[in-house]
Amino acid sequence: MKRNADFEIERRRTENKNRVLKIVTYFGLSIWAVLVLFPFYWMVLTSFKSYGAYNAEHIPVFFTLAPTLQNYKEAFTAVPLGKYLLNTLIFSVFTTAAMVAVSTLAAYAFARLRFRGRNLLFGIFLSMMMIPSELVVITNFVTITELDLRNSFLGLILPSITSVFYIYLLKESFEQVPDELYKAAKVDGTSDFKYLLKVMIPICRPTIITIMILKLIECWNSYIWPRLITDDQAYFLVSNGIQEIRENGFGRENIPAMMAAVVVISVPLIILFLIFRKKIMEGVSRGGMKG
Amino acid sequence: MEVKLKNITKRFPGRGRKEERETVAVKDLSFDVPDGTLVGLLGPSGCGKTTTLNLICGLENPTDGRIFFGEEDVTDLPPELRGVGMVFQNYALYPHLTVLQNILFPLENLKGKNRLSKKEMNDRAMEAARLVQIEGLLERKPKELSGGQQQRVAIARALVKMPRVLLLDEPLSNLDARLRLQTREEICKIQKKTGITTLFVTHDQEEAMSISDRIVVMRDGVLMQEGKPQQVYDDPVNLFVAKFLGTPPINVFEAEVKDEVLYFSEQPVLEVKNVKDQPVWAGVRPEGFVPGKDGPVICELDRVEVLGRDISVVCRHAACQAENVRAIINSEHELESGLGKVSFSLKPEKVFLFGRGDEERIPFGASCVSDSGN
Amino acid sequence: MNQNSNRAWLYLLPSVLLLVVFLIYPLIDVFIYSAEEGYNFASQTHSGVGTYNYSYVLHDPYFLQALKNTFILVIITVPVSTGIALLISAMLSSIRPLRQLYQTVYFLPYVTNTLAVGLVFMVLFQKTEYTDGLVNLMLQWFGGETVDFIDGPYWAKMFVLCFYTIWVVMPFKILVLTSALASVNPDYYRAARVDGTPKLRIFTKITLPMIAPMIVYLVITGFIGAFKAYSDAVALFGTDLNAAGMNTIVGYVYDMLYGDSGGYPSYASAAAIILFVIVLTITCINLLVSKRQLEN
Repeated sequence: MKRNADFEIERRRTENKNRVLKIVTYFGLSIWAVLVLFPFYWMVLTSFKSYGAYNAEHIPVFFTLAPTLQNYKEAFTAVPLGKYLLNTLIFSVFTTAAMVAVSTLAAYAFARLRFRGRNLLFGIFLSMMMIPSELVVITNFVTITELDLRNSFLGLILPSITSVFYIYLLKESFEQVPDELYKAAKVDGTSDFKYLLKVMIPICRPTIITIMILKLIECWNSYIWPRLITDDQAYFLVSNGIQEIRENGFGRENIPAMMAAVVVISVPLIILFLIFRKKIMEGVSRGGMKG
Repeated sequence: MEVKLKNITKRFPGRGRKEERETVAVKDLSFDVPDGTLVGLLGPSGCGKTTTLNLICGLENPTDGRIFFGEEDVTDLPPELRGVGMVFQNYALYPHLTVLQNILFPLENLKGKNRLSKKEMNDRAMEAARLVQIEGLLERKPKELSGGQQQRVAIARALVKMPRVLLLDEPLSNLDARLRLQTREEICKIQKKTGITTLFVTHDQEEAMSISDRIVVMRDGVLMQEGKPQQVYDDPVNLFVAKFLGTPPINVFEAEVKDEVLYFSEQPVLEVKNVKDQPVWAGVRPEGFVPGKDGPVICELDRVEVLGRDISVVCRHAACQAENVRAIINSEHELESGLGKVSFSLKPEKVFLFGRGDEERIPFGASCVSDSGN
Repeated sequence: MNQNSNRAWLYLLPSVLLLVVFLIYPLIDVFIYSAEEGYNFASQTHSGVGTYNYSYVLHDPYFLQALKNTFILVIITVPVSTGIALLISAMLSSIRPLRQLYQTVYFLPYVTNTLAVGLVFMVLFQKTEYTDGLVNLMLQWFGGETVDFIDGPYWAKMFVLCFYTIWVVMPFKILVLTSALASVNPDYYRAARVDGTPKLRIFTKITLPMIAPMIVYLVITGFIGAFKAYSDAVALFGTDLNAAGMNTIVGYVYDMLYGDSGGYPSYASAAAIILFVIVLTITCINLLVSKRQLEN
């Protein structure tokens, strides 16, 4: 059959074309993967090179034969990296906890309780999502300064607590809980608050965990606000700490020690990410934005 | 164009994980779609009928077996070279294109010697639109159309390439009951007008029976029976086919054959010649009951539903598999029900026997045991 | 009802209080600040009301430099990052094996500290008296001249800044686009295959229009985000961005507020409002254009 033979050639050709396309695809994807991973590789690699060896490399070397932990020791002793980490941990945990508490209460009121002006107030809340933080940070800076809260955890935490976006996410999730459960609880004489604690929060735990993780990441990486209101190293977070290290730390050129500090700062979040990968990616794709 | 499937098998490989075993969607399937006919591919969901459609269309390749369009072996051809038109269950109309652009889309893909000029394309599109009567909707977007209109656009888009074979996947399942009736007639009419060989998939036996020239019944990827709708209905090869076809469904009794007589709960009801003594399933079509005082099948009357020309008698019998026995009888019959009981005799051509184990049909020759009702 | 209402307000009290103090009041206040001329931070007094602050900011060479830097950054990074993200997402959607691995890797920059990883980029691009740095080494492999990307010519610094910004914003864009691509009903592709539609035509005629709303969303958020660029620049060039000539508008605002050159909340407010007006204008134009595009 002539026709079939033609088709056979045609089919071979498209098959070959598809194979080439596949190779190109994997190649392209791998290039971006290398671009993403290489900085991480370089920072880990450099953090294990000794100071002397690094500075002797006029041409950078892609591996090291004499890994050393000296830089990590340096990072924790020459600069108060441990203190920065602890500060960040305190700041992140307290801010996140306060955020979850405040947002849960507000979301519950919006989702379940009936009161006059509810829709109007929720509309106002939503419109507040559009206020850029750059506009309000100026007055907040003045406010905190006047309250004499500079260089204090309270000053760091207070303006970082509310997030309209998370209230919105939680409200959506609360509204998924069927009305009948609320009515049944009312019949049994359960108070609103007890219902929130015993029914709503357990049912909506996945969402709550998602926003907790997202907020933790946000806190861990926050830079601008902490920089504005802390100038005492005792209250520096890791972002400010690393900037401080860069400018006045280890003596300007101790890059391996700097990289060790960078590794120490990055690892907690990467571990968190690898554990909660699905939740984080899902939460972010639902409308999270960096910063 | 005649479509021939020869020993088609389709296996889907498991996906790495242990739970996902290899699945056999279609197993050793052979049937013909004669040229110019409308054939319904029928079966419960998950029986492999959509996979079969995709195999014919070329979206999937069979693991084994060959597919022929007429004399030509198309098994290894990609879909675009097979000359098939396909209407998807959800119509798959491109939402950002107008109706006309949707219909033109397949034509714009043609290249080489098949390439058409702008005018030819437009003429072809208009012709297809006229065929399904959507000339007035050409500038609309799909979301501005009703379900029935979308369906027609999808058919027009499939027909515009002048395919050799038209395939429809559950064409009516997304429509409401009234539209369904209207649309199935429409499909039948379009098929007759164009004379194009058409295969459609459905899980609704009524739909398949009403418009198909032939039906193909499948179960778990295996062909059960194939033939003209009436023929399959009147002569099912096994219990599954008997149960699957007909509304209301066939009544199945737990019965026994002793000395060439069929017994329901120790009560002789019908003479069945040439059948060995054995327990059987006895299927009785609703229209197979004849009411009569001395009828051997005695049921407890539940209620009588008036359908107009017919009446539907809902009653109970101890041997019946379902909760109720449902009999459809002509409303001219007088229903005598003393003490809440009603008796029937059976029309032997409406009674089918099936083996208890394999559920295969057991043929019998018959004359009624007590033909006394009239 | 009334009692119910009171209880609801009790639940809302903490968030409302915080929002009023740290969001609504400051929003109003920033406009007041921007109009108060000759504001003195120490005594909290001002000499008059007017538009002087705006005119000062608009004539400040540092601000103009920051404006220029920000616009260049926006114009380069938004289209480039969206384009590459689209390409990568399309490639990602076309494969099955290793897809999850790639997706995980691509998301990594999202969860890293911008300041910390910025240091790594600095090390990679920097040229010091000891070493030319890795990027320059590679440039030499391909026969290029070495350049100090961190302390050298303007275009080199701008290149690194754009590169790093794209690296940082990519995870979000890839994530959004891959999920947009995944949400396209596969029946459309099957229908196109039955019609023998070539791959490129499927992409431009079916895929792109279907995910167009998501692309618009990414472009708009991309513009907003890029206009607010700041920490990426700090990470690469240090806190004294004015000296490096790499300041951004947001950086200018903060420098006016605090630090060695700080103490001028009025100027900072005026600059912040100018930024806000720019972002608002661009967003509106974006919305109008994309609306018209989507309608066609």
